Parts: sequence; C-alpha cells; structure tokens
Amino acid sequence: MPDNIITVKNLHKHFGDVRALNGISLTVERGKVVVVIGPSGSGKSTLLRCINHLETPTSGEIWIDGKRLTTNPKQLNAIRAEIGMVFQLFNLFPHLTVLENVTLAQRVVRKRSLEEAREVAMQQLEHVGIPEKAGAYPEQLSGGQQQRVAIARALAMNPKIMLFDEPTSALDPEMIREVLDVMLTLAREGMTMVVVSHEMGFTRAAADSVILMDGGLIVEDTTPEELFNAPKHERTKLFLSQILHHTS
Amino acid sequence: MRKDPMAKRLAKFPWWLLTMVLIALWTAYIIYSRGNYNEAFRRIIQGLGTTIVTSLAAYGVALIFGLLAGMGRISRNVVLNNLATLYVELVRGIPMLVLIFFIALVGVPTVVDGVNGLGNWLNSLGLTAIGGVMTKFTNQALSMNARAIVALAVTYGAFLAEIFRAGIQSIGRGQTEAARSLGMSTGQAMRYVILPQAIRNVLPALGNDFVAMVKDSSLVSLLAVRDITQVARLHAGSTFRYRETYVTLSVLYLTMTVALSLLVQLLERRLRRHAR
Repeated sequence: MPDNIITVKNLHKHFGDVRALNGISLTVERGKVVVVIGPSGSGKSTLLRCINHLETPTSGEIWIDGKRLTTNPKQLNAIRAEIGMVFQLFNLFPHLTVLENVTLAQRVVRKRSLEEAREVAMQQLEHVGIPEKAGAYPEQLSGGQQQRVAIARALAMNPKIMLFDEPTSALDPEMIREVLDVMLTLAREGMTMVVVSHEMGFTRAAADSVILMDGGLIVEDTTPEELFNAPKHERTKLFLSQILHHTS
Repeated sequence: MRKDPMAKRLAKFPWWLLTMVLIALWTAYIIYSRGNYNEAFRRIIQGLGTTIVTSLAAYGVALIFGLLAGMGRISRNVVLNNLATLYVELVRGIPMLVLIFFIALVGVPTVVDGVNGLGNWLNSLGLTAIGGVMTKFTNQALSMNARAIVALAVTYGAFLAEIFRAGIQSIGRGQTEAARSLGMSTGQAMRYVILPQAIRNVLPALGNDFVAMVKDSSLVSLLAVRDITQVARLHAGSTFRYRETYVTLSVLYLTMTVALSLLVQLLERRLRRHAR
C-alpha cells in the first residue's frame, strides 16, 4: 500500500472570477520528489500555496500525513510547521541576522531553547554550505546564498515535506547551480519534495514524477523519462519544445 | 559650465538654521541684558517642567493607543476594524482645541461617573473590595494636568495610528507568508517579523509627530494647566509686557522644536545608512 503523505482531492481555487484551480487530484508518496511544470498562470504556485493553506481552497480536500486540513488556525499553524516552504523571492527577514532567521521559528513555534535552536541552525547552515555567514544580514548575501539560508530556515523546523515555489527563478544564472545542488542533496536524503520549477536538469536528476499543469488542471502526470522521451499529450509536447528551446 | 565647489557649498549651507541660531542667541543676549525680558524669562521657565512632562507622558500613552488602533485599522476582525476607524475619524473630524476641551471637561467626568456607577453596582453585589475603590474614584482626584495628558494622548493616538498602519502596510506580504509558512500564528508573525520592521521604518515619522506634540501641548494652557504658554499668558496679563513675554515664549518653543527636529533628521540619516 502506498504511503501517501500528501493527498489532494478535487481541489478548486477561485480568485473572484478567475478560476486558478479547476479540480486537482494528486497524491505524493513519502520520500518522493514531484516536479510541477506548466505555463505561467496554469495554477502551479496556487496548488503549492493551497497545500499549506497560504491560500484557502474554494473547495476540495487536502490531507497531510493522514490529517485533513481545516480552517482551524491552531491546526493550520501546527501543520505548517511540518511543511517547509521556499519562495521565489526568498523572503528572509531583513531585520534579523542569518542565524536569527534560522532560529526564530524554532524558538517561538517549536519552543526550543536558545542553545538548541542555535545548534540546529548551525547544522542546517552547514547542510546548505554557508555556516560562515551566520552573523551576516540578508542584504549582505548574494541571491543564491539568501535562497540557501531560506532552505536552511525551513529545514530547521524538521519538516516532513518541503515545498519549493520557483526557487531559482529570481536568481542570476551563475547562482542557480548552488541552490539546485542543495535541493538535489535533500532529494537524495529522502525528503518529500514538491517543486514548482522549470529546471529540467534537476527534474531529470531528482524527480520521481512530473506533473504538467495547464488552465488549473493536471494535463499529464508522468515520470521524467516518459516526459522527455515520449510525452503523451500535444500540450506537453508544445510546452516542452518551448522551455527546452531556452534551456538547451 | 561647472559650478565651482565653493559656490556649491554656499548654496547647500543651511542658512535658515544659521538665522534661527542667530535669533536664539540674540534673544538670549536680550534676556540677559534687559530686566523686563529677564523677568519674563524667569517666569516662563517655571512652566517648562510641565510642558516637558505633559508632552512626554501624553506621547507615551499616545504610542500605545496608536499602536493598538493602527493594528485595529488593518485587522480583518470587523468589530476591531470599525472601532479603530471610528476612533481615528472622530479625532480627525474635530478641531484639536475642541477635542481637548471635550475630553478634559466632558469625557473624563463621564468615564469617572461610569466607574462610580460600576463601583456602586459591585458594592450592591457584595464585591466591596473592588467596588469600594471604584466609588472613591472622583473627578477631583484627576487634576487638569492629568486630564490634559489624557486629552493630548487620545488626540495624538489617532495620528500615530495612521503612521503605524502605513508602516505595517509597507512591509511586503512575503514577510507574513514566510512567517506563517514556518508555523507562526498571526500574532507571532506580527510581533517578531512585521512590527520590528514597520516601527523601524516609521521612526522618523514618529519623531516628527513628537515635535508636533510639543507645539500642540501649548493648547493645554486653555485648561489652566501651568505650562510655559499658560505661565506666559499670566505674566503678560499682569504686567502688560506682551512683546517681552511672547518673544521669549516663541524663541523657547523654537529652540526646543528645532533641536528635536535635528535629532529626528540625525536618526533618519543613521537609519538610512543601516537600512536593511
């Protein structure tokens, strides 16, 4: 029996008249890496943001590790602590040092002692390869370093799932690699990951499955091999020809 | 053609400030050398303590009112939001002088009556421990100085609320989302992530409003609070030395406000240098 850590059933999300998601159903097994691709406006980010209820779904069900999400704030806070999220624009806290960024939620949400939080933070900063920047402020770091701190900040909560919302889209080309390397390491360590990204190198190397979205629907749910070698749908072929044209 | 550096420097020099300093020095000299000015000055500075204490105390309370009302203004709770907006709009719609009369002479006695009434009711229920204290609370216990502080605080609380609201709204949505995605509650995100950044951004604006409050504290003289304005009015009324009195009073205010404004500018420049 598959061990599904994320189950999404018939998810709809409307913003006024705009239908961002039109009935998404999806399961993610524990320890698997799912990459979500699709043209802009296809609902990829909205899907990701619904999984941890940063957006409240209009209808449908989301189950995380056997628990159905409600709109109860206490339950949501508890579940969000189990789901790390990495944003396109990093969203580090600019008034705090790198170390404080990584310790803050451990202290106020996990109620860890200062020493414990610092120890965990330093472990995670080493994990992403920048322990020497612990005392720096976010503005003093490059984009790639900021994004790695953001990953460390999420990992310090010991999440069961990591969500990545276009983590390399805002980075200069020479910094994309360092972030993808960290993500690849995480994938190999068995972290459950849902990644919205058009980095096809990462997809090929790390993804267990690939989902193509368009118009708020899942068009194709397949493996990386099939996606690149034998895409089933016309929409998928068209989309791949567009993005591969740029990345190859 | 390039302007020569000397001309540039001369154009950039704060001549206005130099003029003010000269006025202050000239006035100081006159106060020192002329008996009538000297007498006026010695009378007026007797009110300086009251002006400073009133301004500081009222501003401290206004900061609390302003922060609460500012958060109320952006709250999604309909009741809190409307209460905060009502407060801000009421204050903005009434002239400050009228509002100060109203709060000191109508508002405070009404609240005292309310507290007394509640105390009587608690006494009738047998809760005399709390009720006794509340019934002993009288209007006479609240001096005009205290009422003036309440009045200024309520008024400025509404202004500061708008500053805090703007400061909180200037922090991008991504910050709240990052905090919430880590499992923080709305309150924790506000306290640890949003407010520290928002307050830093609005410190200069808060400072400017403190300068404005020092000036507006002169309105409490109309409640017979013996601040520098009231003491000056009394002195002018009894000696008919209007020129001596009001020159001295004006220069005294000017010295305080210009000095404070310069401090605010200094703070602003330092914050910009350490901007993050």
